[in-house]
Amino acid sequence: MSTQTDNTSNTPSNDPSPKKGATGWVILAFFIIGFGFSLLSGWVGFPKLLYKEVPHPIDFNHALHMDLVYDGCDSCHYFRKDGSFSGSPTLDECRDCHGFVMGINENEEKFAEEYVLEDKEVPWNNYAKQPDCVYFSHAPHVKGAEMDCATCHGDIGESESLRPYQENRLTGYSRDIWGWNMSRLGEPEYAPRMKMMDCVNCHVEQTDSKGNCFQCHK
Amino acid sequence: MEKIPSHTKKRHFGMVIDLDKCTGCASCMVACYSENNISFRDEESVKMLSTNWIQVFKLTNGKPFPDTEVCYLPKPCMQCDGKHFGHSPCVSVCPAVATDFDYPTGIVSQIYTRCFGCRYCMAACPYHARKFNWWDPVWPADMEKYLSPDVSPRMRGVVEKCTFCYHRFQRARQQAYNEGRPEDIREDEYQTACTQACPSNAITFGDLDNPDHAVYKLKNSRYAFRLLERLNTNPSVYYLSTREWVHRAADNYLEHEQPAFSEEQQA
Repeated sequence: MSTQTDNTSNTPSNDPSPKKGATGWVILAFFIIGFGFSLLSGWVGFPKLLYKEVPHPIDFNHALHMDLVYDGCDSCHYFRKDGSFSGSPTLDECRDCHGFVMGINENEEKFAEEYVLEDKEVPWNNYAKQPDCVYFSHAPHVKGAEMDCATCHGDIGESESLRPYQENRLTGYSRDIWGWNMSRLGEPEYAPRMKMMDCVNCHVEQTDSKGNCFQCHK
Repeated sequence: MEKIPSHTKKRHFGMVIDLDKCTGCASCMVACYSENNISFRDEESVKMLSTNWIQVFKLTNGKPFPDTEVCYLPKPCMQCDGKHFGHSPCVSVCPAVATDFDYPTGIVSQIYTRCFGCRYCMAACPYHARKFNWWDPVWPADMEKYLSPDVSPRMRGVVEKCTFCYHRFQRARQQAYNEGRPEDIREDEYQTACTQACPSNAITFGDLDNPDHAVYKLKNSRYAFRLLERLNTNPSVYYLSTREWVHRAADNYLEHEQPAFSEEQQA
């Protein structure tokens, strides 16, 4: 009986059956290709679309300067009397040493000619610039919690060249405050990423509380 | 309930406003506008329609001349902490945690990027301290350059309110950290803009729980009262007045009811 039914059922549908199987494989293949394509375009292509690389005005060599200054990072990045942080040095501060073209290397010449002699502030790219709604003060972190600069900024003090700066085309903010890895798996090589949860995690670990909204938002 | 960061000292900032000293000049309002980047409209003569974080009201005793008396009442956000600590009327209704009771300072925070403008908090606030931005702020040409970078400007569709100039607290704390005395902020280091702008020193600001601060003594004065005290909102803003009718105006007293303070008792 079974063979009979098999035969009867097989005979009429004998021709399309292998075709049906093949169509299934074709659909699966298309799905996998499409899925892979979507993943690639989302994970690889989209970041390229969203972020543009902005060239640095001067390829600053931190390592070279660290050998010449007396007070490490504090020589150029210091606290003002009111507790605010100076950030990137101003032209006047650079001018203390760079009064004229010294001819050390290309970058130094470019800096002296284009900025010092022209009396123009250098539009440094700020990797860690936070959105307007965020309040951040260096003083409680550096003076209060005695954190090292490298904990958040990585080993930038030992770098000979500035790493690429990427800007979000929509918001204009640095890619650093999002974190370079789209999947957010693993740590970026240079420094920890700085999204809200990254701040929160460290605060919970160190102070037992993520703090109140007003502590970091304005 | 939020946990307080382990290194943070707990304070309860508050204000005492002496209504007998207030002349109604509205310097506090002007100072507040410029300190907190508050936007204004083309037509600002009707103050009830404008966005302001502190508003001066005019009260009268309703008696004909020559018994007419006037009292001006500046009204910032009361920074209520509710019947049980932290249960402010606005905080308890906010569906987005955009407003929160700041335990270390006793100030009710308002985070504009989190607010989506449902205005529940405005309905819940018995003091009308909150204002809704119906339009994006527009400043006359070049005036944007004078905005304070310490306070973020608000966009259309969010609620804003007085924050006791919280950025000034941040600034004072930052300096304290820099000088190696973390969490030790002196009374004069953190004062709100309205307090400093008041020409008749009617406003006093400080830590209500700190016996060294001026507000600690003033809030316990027999002339002190708070607005709508019987709602148990427990406001952080106290008022002083030696006049009974002003005390009576501070709450919805029925005819037979008496405010806690009465001139006859004092006499």
